[in-house]
Amino acid sequence: MALAIVLMALVAAAVLFHFLSPWWLTPLASNWGQIDTTLMITLAITGAFFIAINLFVAYCLIRFRQRDGHRAAHDPENKKLEGWLTGLTAVGIVAMLAPGLFVYAAYIDPPADSLVFEAVGQQWQWRFRFPGRDGRLGVTDSRFVSAENPLGLAPNDPHGQDDVLILNSEVHLPVGKPIKVLLRSQDVLHDFYVPPFRARMNLVPGMVTHFWFTPTRTGRFEILCAQLCGVGHFNMRGYVVVEEPAAFQAWLGRQSTFSHAEVKTAAPNAPAGTDLAAQGKLLAQSRGCVACHSDDGSARVGPSWKGLYGKTETLADGSTVLVDPAYLAESIRTPNAKIVHGYPAIMPPFSLSDPELAALIAYMRTLSDKTVAQAGTP
Amino acid sequence: MSVAQSARHDAGGARDGMPSAGKPALWVFMGVVTVLFAQFLHAYIVRMGYADWQRLPTLPTVWLNTALLLLSSAALQWAQVAGRHGRRAGMRAGLFLGGALALAFLAGQLWLWRQLTALDYAIASGPASSFFYLLSGLHGVHLAGGLVAWGMTIRRVGHNGVTADGLLAVELCARYWHFLLALWLVLFGLLFIVPPATILAICSSA
Amino acid sequence: MAYSSAEQHHEPHSFWTRYVWSQDHKVIAVQYTLTAIAVGLVALVLSNLMRLQLGFPGRFAFIDANHYYQYVTLHGMIMVVYLLTALFLGGFGNYLIPLMVGARDMVFPLLNMLSYWVYLLAVLVLMASFFVPGGPTGAGWTLYPPQSILPGTPGSDWGIILMLVSLLIFIVAATMGGLNYVITVLQARTRGMTLMRMPLTVWGIFVATIMALLAFPSLFVSGVMLLFDKTLGTSFFMPAIVSMGQALSYKGGSPILFQHLFWFFGHPEVYIVALPAFGIVSDLISTHSRKKIFGYHMMVWAIVAIGALSFVVWAHHMFVSGMNPYFGFFFATTTLIIAVPTAIKVYNWVLTLWNSSIHLSVPMLFAIGFISTFLIGGLTGLFLGNVSVDIPLSNTYFVVAHFHMVMGVSPILVIFGGIYHWFPKVTGRLMNDTLGKLHFWVTFLGTYAIYFPMHYLGILGMPRRYYAYDNYAFIPASAQQLNAFITVAALIVGVTQLVFLYNLVHSTFRGRPAGSNPWRATTLEWQTPDTPPGHGNWGAEQPEVHRWAYDYSVPGMAQDFVPQNSAVAGGGDDHDQKAAGRKKT
Repeated sequence: MALAIVLMALVAAAVLFHFLSPWWLTPLASNWGQIDTTLMITLAITGAFFIAINLFVAYCLIRFRQRDGHRAAHDPENKKLEGWLTGLTAVGIVAMLAPGLFVYAAYIDPPADSLVFEAVGQQWQWRFRFPGRDGRLGVTDSRFVSAENPLGLAPNDPHGQDDVLILNSEVHLPVGKPIKVLLRSQDVLHDFYVPPFRARMNLVPGMVTHFWFTPTRTGRFEILCAQLCGVGHFNMRGYVVVEEPAAFQAWLGRQSTFSHAEVKTAAPNAPAGTDLAAQGKLLAQSRGCVACHSDDGSARVGPSWKGLYGKTETLADGSTVLVDPAYLAESIRTPNAKIVHGYPAIMPPFSLSDPELAALIAYMRTLSDKTVAQAGTP
Repeated sequence: MSVAQSARHDAGGARDGMPSAGKPALWVFMGVVTVLFAQFLHAYIVRMGYADWQRLPTLPTVWLNTALLLLSSAALQWAQVAGRHGRRAGMRAGLFLGGALALAFLAGQLWLWRQLTALDYAIASGPASSFFYLLSGLHGVHLAGGLVAWGMTIRRVGHNGVTADGLLAVELCARYWHFLLALWLVLFGLLFIVPPATILAICSSA
Repeated sequence: MAYSSAEQHHEPHSFWTRYVWSQDHKVIAVQYTLTAIAVGLVALVLSNLMRLQLGFPGRFAFIDANHYYQYVTLHGMIMVVYLLTALFLGGFGNYLIPLMVGARDMVFPLLNMLSYWVYLLAVLVLMASFFVPGGPTGAGWTLYPPQSILPGTPGSDWGIILMLVSLLIFIVAATMGGLNYVITVLQARTRGMTLMRMPLTVWGIFVATIMALLAFPSLFVSGVMLLFDKTLGTSFFMPAIVSMGQALSYKGGSPILFQHLFWFFGHPEVYIVALPAFGIVSDLISTHSRKKIFGYHMMVWAIVAIGALSFVVWAHHMFVSGMNPYFGFFFATTTLIIAVPTAIKVYNWVLTLWNSSIHLSVPMLFAIGFISTFLIGGLTGLFLGNVSVDIPLSNTYFVVAHFHMVMGVSPILVIFGGIYHWFPKVTGRLMNDTLGKLHFWVTFLGTYAIYFPMHYLGILGMPRRYYAYDNYAFIPASAQQLNAFITVAALIVGVTQLVFLYNLVHSTFRGRPAGSNPWRATTLEWQTPDTPPGHGNWGAEQPEVHRWAYDYSVPGMAQDFVPQNSAVAGGGDDHDQKAAGRKKT
């Protein structure tokens, strides 16, 4: 009896939870409203089944509970009932599947006039590339990847020379235009996931995958990695800024191209004149440093930056070293030169310009109350 | 493999008193091994379709080893036929010969590995090499397991005439050997004989 | 058929041969069960540690990101393979198949014993990975390359090697056991036990075993190839990679190939766990509601159909993997088709309750609980199987909630129900009823509290396998509160399992004597001459079967059940009744 009541209460609670839940789909920001519609159809049909069967069981538990002198019935098989139920289920299934397949057909068929850009994943940061004026992306290969050529463009490919490289984790897109995203990974599986767009796809090393969507709303959206890619997975952050086409074109015009050997990777949104430490903080976010190094002392993949500056670190070989600007510069540019005790040697080398390095170290200095006596310059 | 071996051991064991179970058990086991190799070959054929595929050279040793395994299987067949006719000596001779040839096959495979490694076809040198070592190695492990069962069969047919128990063990041995021969012929064909283009054409049309 | 007389079975005498190196299927079943429960407790603790981090991020300093991913991985792998698979096939299968089909033992007792010891070896190798440098692998239970064997993932030196070796050993054990179960069902059934008279429990385990024999080779293949990539430098799954700034020597391999191989095993694995649960729950419902199972033949065919179909749906785990997008149409369709036989099973369980006489014993509580949780898990599967709905939901908490409901909670509820149900046969004593009810209520309501809200976090878009969610703007602060709530519920459910363990131990020694057939069930295991059954199970003579397993409440009979080996006239399924009717006229 208690079980019957509990089952009915569960159904009631589930329905209530559904309607009162503050946790629901993020507001849609792309053309994939059809995906939401299919989700709703599925939810309605499965919800009805859930309620009906639970209530049926609850009814049976009350009506047919064991009583003295009462025996269970001994009915013959009921093929007809089985047939009806099978048919009804099949109808429900078709009602869910058919719209699903139609939407999927559109999903895998990007419009011919889509704007193409490339998102490149690497543990644990995002970078992007737009085709240049020739409208074509240059050839890439992992053998060309280096600190100076982080996306591995073929140096001799003429199509690649004018490619626009975004070497930080924020990309801008125009609103209202179909976008075809080409996805490439240099190391492991990743997944380009922006919840309000609904659409997404894995990045697979060794191949180029793709998907498409049309942004319908301006704003700044978070890119998440949604395919486990190692310890920094949960911090592999990126941003998509959707803006009016004119603003987008202006932004694109400000980015540097591959042939400009001087790769500028200034922190995004860093208005000139802000102080150095603030720039360093933005840089730490955009270059993915925060995936491994916390600013609050909590343990992550690498040593936390809180209290790091000016501290004396113990290295893997037992020796100690004072964390001063020279040491920090070395650890950023050639991370495996000195390994801190207790941490794996997994940090990739970063090529930062001297001003960027200075900004980053200035930021680290604000996270520590210590000072370094002999102030060396990087 | 140990599964087949102990299956057979149990099958003939006096305490079970259920010799008939050995046959279906071997069939099921061969089914499992077939699925196992089918999965490997599926992966192999998918990989073969990539542009960088380069096949291994067919050394004479491959042909020699194939002949050895063929003869080994034939010898066990002979042992089985002799046993059915109650000729214990013939059964024992066939059994010994079959096992010896199988050992020779395994030795030949190891020799083949050394030859290929010397020719710069080491295991990590390319996809075709990797698959070759993997598939031939796994086939060899299955045959080695068969040889353990073969050793137990030798013990069982050692004494007094042809028993039903001993004959069954020989029959199961022979059947497993034929299976491994067939398996090797498929591997041989796919690894060395049939042109990749033909394999891909067949698989993409199916 | 199998044994002409019991004399062939020599009763083992020493403690050592009776309880340790035993070839008796009942002892091996208990060994399998206890080992699986022990390793399951480890996985339970790991899940609670994981939840501590998610509910109260940063509060427990020893759970850093490395440890978190190691807990996630080992929790999943242990629960799916080393607990559920081993317990259903090695535990329930071993104990019930020979007893339910009227055999004296498995057909290959030595192989059966080896199967257990090899399984134990696999467990020990896995546990050893906690103690190697770098700890166990943190690659997620799916072990996707390239990440699983590269730096940047915890345990990529030794942990992953031990994990793969342990899996390969486990597969050898499962194959040994599987051969035995299949051949025993095919060859060792007692006189009169036709296939269509077998209890659904045996059907479920039988089909699941065949599936295991066909699916595990695929895992073996992917495991061996990954191990080669890791240790020998081959490139089966490894393309050219720049890892942590260093170019590696791999080239040309395909990470997606691994996913195909893995899921060709992985999806049938879901049903390897589910089909035995389907079978057992059918028998629990029928026995405890004193009514024949509704649509027995349909149930058998549904089990077989689900088993067959489950081999052609694997790529629904890969809709956004980057595989050929046209596969999506095929796999979405097959996946939704499989819902039909599955739904039929649910209908037949609930229709069995109609016009029955429901005894809400502890096993029955768990069976009803299973219907409810399986319903949720099955229905949410329709979201994820339907390709376009899967796109926004894949790899979110919706997936976590779905598979925990459908293949975590539901099978575990059946395992508990099954243990409460068959414990009297194994030990001769009943488990404590009050503790059993407490265990049920907390576990059942607790799992709802844990997993129901989780679906909504998934719909919101919270990705799974995240160590922390700080500073993601689209996740409202309330989601963190919900996570804390879920963690508290998980801790309560976790601790409550100690009640079950206490009940298990206490009742083994102090439980109320049960008699030979406390639930008044029809199936053969309850008709043994001794309880617990002796060596060889049946005393001097094996039983002869005269009817199907579901003769409950047959009109005109003095008792409301007729054992399968009873020769009285009447009862039987429709076929038998028709045959009897023809005879009369």
